[in-house]
Amino acid sequence: MKFVDEYRDQAKAEALAQAIARITTKSWSIMEVCGGQTHSIVKYGIDELLPQAITLLHGPGCPVCVTPLELIDKALQIAARPEVIFCSFGDMLRVPGTGGDLFSVKAKGADVRIVYSPLDALTIARQNPGRQVVFFAVGFETTAPANAMAVFQANAQKIPNFSVLVSHVLVPPAMEAILGAPDNRTQGFLAAGHVCTVMGFEEYLPLAKKYHVPIVVTGFEPVDILQGIFKCVEQLEQGRAEVENQYARSVQRTGNRPAQALMAKVFRVVARKWRGVGEIPNSGFALQDEFAAYDAEARFGVAGYHVDEDSECIAGQVLRGVKKPQECPAFGTRCTPDRPLGATMVSSEGACAAYYQYRRHQQTSLAAGKRS
Amino acid sequence: MAEKSDAPFTLSCPIPITNQDFVTLAHGGGGRMMHSLLDRIVIPAFGNQPLESRHDGAVMEVDKGRLAFTTDSYVVHPLFFPGGDIGTLAVTGTVNDLAMCGARPLCLSAGFILEEGLPVATLERVVASMARTARAAKVTIVTGDTKVVDRGKGDGLFVNTAGIGIVEHNLTIAPTSVRPGDAILLSGDVGRHGVAIMAVREGLQFQTTIETDCAPLADPVLALLAAGIDVHCLRDLTRGGLATTLIEIAESSRLHVGIGERDIAVEENVCGACEILGLDPLYLANEGRFVAFVPAAQADRALQIMRTHPVSAAATRIGTVSESPAALVTLQSRIGTKRILDMHSGEQLPRIC
Repeated sequence: MKFVDEYRDQAKAEALAQAIARITTKSWSIMEVCGGQTHSIVKYGIDELLPQAITLLHGPGCPVCVTPLELIDKALQIAARPEVIFCSFGDMLRVPGTGGDLFSVKAKGADVRIVYSPLDALTIARQNPGRQVVFFAVGFETTAPANAMAVFQANAQKIPNFSVLVSHVLVPPAMEAILGAPDNRTQGFLAAGHVCTVMGFEEYLPLAKKYHVPIVVTGFEPVDILQGIFKCVEQLEQGRAEVENQYARSVQRTGNRPAQALMAKVFRVVARKWRGVGEIPNSGFALQDEFAAYDAEARFGVAGYHVDEDSECIAGQVLRGVKKPQECPAFGTRCTPDRPLGATMVSSEGACAAYYQYRRHQQTSLAAGKRS
Repeated sequence: MAEKSDAPFTLSCPIPITNQDFVTLAHGGGGRMMHSLLDRIVIPAFGNQPLESRHDGAVMEVDKGRLAFTTDSYVVHPLFFPGGDIGTLAVTGTVNDLAMCGARPLCLSAGFILEEGLPVATLERVVASMARTARAAKVTIVTGDTKVVDRGKGDGLFVNTAGIGIVEHNLTIAPTSVRPGDAILLSGDVGRHGVAIMAVREGLQFQTTIETDCAPLADPVLALLAAGIDVHCLRDLTRGGLATTLIEIAESSRLHVGIGERDIAVEENVCGACEILGLDPLYLANEGRFVAFVPAAQADRALQIMRTHPVSAAATRIGTVSESPAALVTLQSRIGTKRILDMHSGEQLPRIC
């Protein structure tokens, strides 16, 4: 398939891996920010191609994984109401809350529907004027424009039975929280290509400067990721800390301006809780006052609900790159994709789920090992 | 004083309407309505002696030997999709299960669970495609059953089929017969049925319509057996797709199944749909694809035989069985690295971004 096959080419991948090995003289820890990149790295075994000195840390960029427990619980409470049609992207349905997941609420009779776009949820609202249609607006800057558009359209078309449960988070504040933590191990970043398609990469310039850390905007295919790693290692070896764009076929410096304008109209920046990490200032979106009528938390009276997270789950440390999934005592035993303790085990983009799916048997059976 | 009716006086009496164009509870009552449904729709379509005898069951002559017996229920939604419908599925699914036992499919039963209010035309269409598919698969539908459930207690139409086939060889075709060194042959491209269903169900539109691969598989299987290929295991790649099937075989044989991603064909439009939705084509359902495990020495001949049949014209060798790592499936990726294929915990879920 065009625009995909050339980025999954064995010869190109091997040439890049050799180039990385050639320029690497010290040990470096590089974090890929986005869950889509984590999935690709583990699926294609990209880290197997890298020299021993390079460690990849898996970042916080999986929207399913960082959505806080209490928001999942709020979703469950709202979805269980008889008047509600609860619409969500597919992989949120299996994320465990305190008392089950959206699948189990659906099995007990709730009307929970998988949609591919928030605008589909808006259509459902238009078709069901007697029901309350709630869309679970999760995700990073990538999904925010479409979610903003749904709210904007609901307002413009006067669709009063539509609302959104907002759980939007932003990448740069999370990167700053990682860099500022005392146990930080990250020396360079592969920034999330699709987030930058929307936002551009200017907002990363001050981060690179302040923390003296190279940031390479990177795509999602194996060759993209290897190129991103190469550029990052090159900077680290040369002592540079700049923002570079590997994913130029999709990302422009200023991003998608109309999308940004719509997001700014509908959302305002607020502090957000991240599952396993805690609250990060200025790290998410809430609805602007003009659109407050579409806030599902207020509409269904769940805004004041709080809950503590499972203490055994180390998802927070995994999301900050401090620990690898296998270092968790519950990994693969008390915590599996069938019975996840935390969200990193749920989404295919979650680091724990990716390791479970592709690496679980590795130590005993696949003598894959890294090349030296 | 009674109101005077404007209706002209007639001598008709209030007998039940028997030619309704939708299914009512009376159609399942065992009385005249049900018989009328069978007479008008089912029996003419499936027409054969055991069915026409209207006995409680079918009695048939069979040659001495082993029988294969299987059953499956079909609840697909929507009932009609590009390239097929619940009727084609209900026949091919069961016929293919028999073929995977290495059996020559002989006859089927058909059980219908109809939801009150189902248009009779829908039933007619489904029955017609069952009849057509049965003819193509060289089986007869010799017995059946019809039930009607209250509106809201079904999804329009459910079908169950059971099938009997004759085993005309002495092989044990099963995961336990798989041996280290066996070649793994795949009958064609994968993922089409899964994407076709998802596209209709979710209203997704692609540049070209993706059609199901739904097709009977007995012909190439019987040809392999007739040619004396020592077939060790056969499996059709339905729910869970190629990956799940191979994992099941690796686990039950306690052997290692190694396959190459580059050898597995996925049509360009299926590939594109999977990229957009975040799905893995190796885990998508197929209804007209199978894998055959055969001794390596016979692999080329087996491929030649498979390729002479339209349904397996694009057959390829995708891998080899070895001793270890036991009970695992490994995939050599396009970039040359290896990874384990693991069973998903449920259905694949479309990703957020």
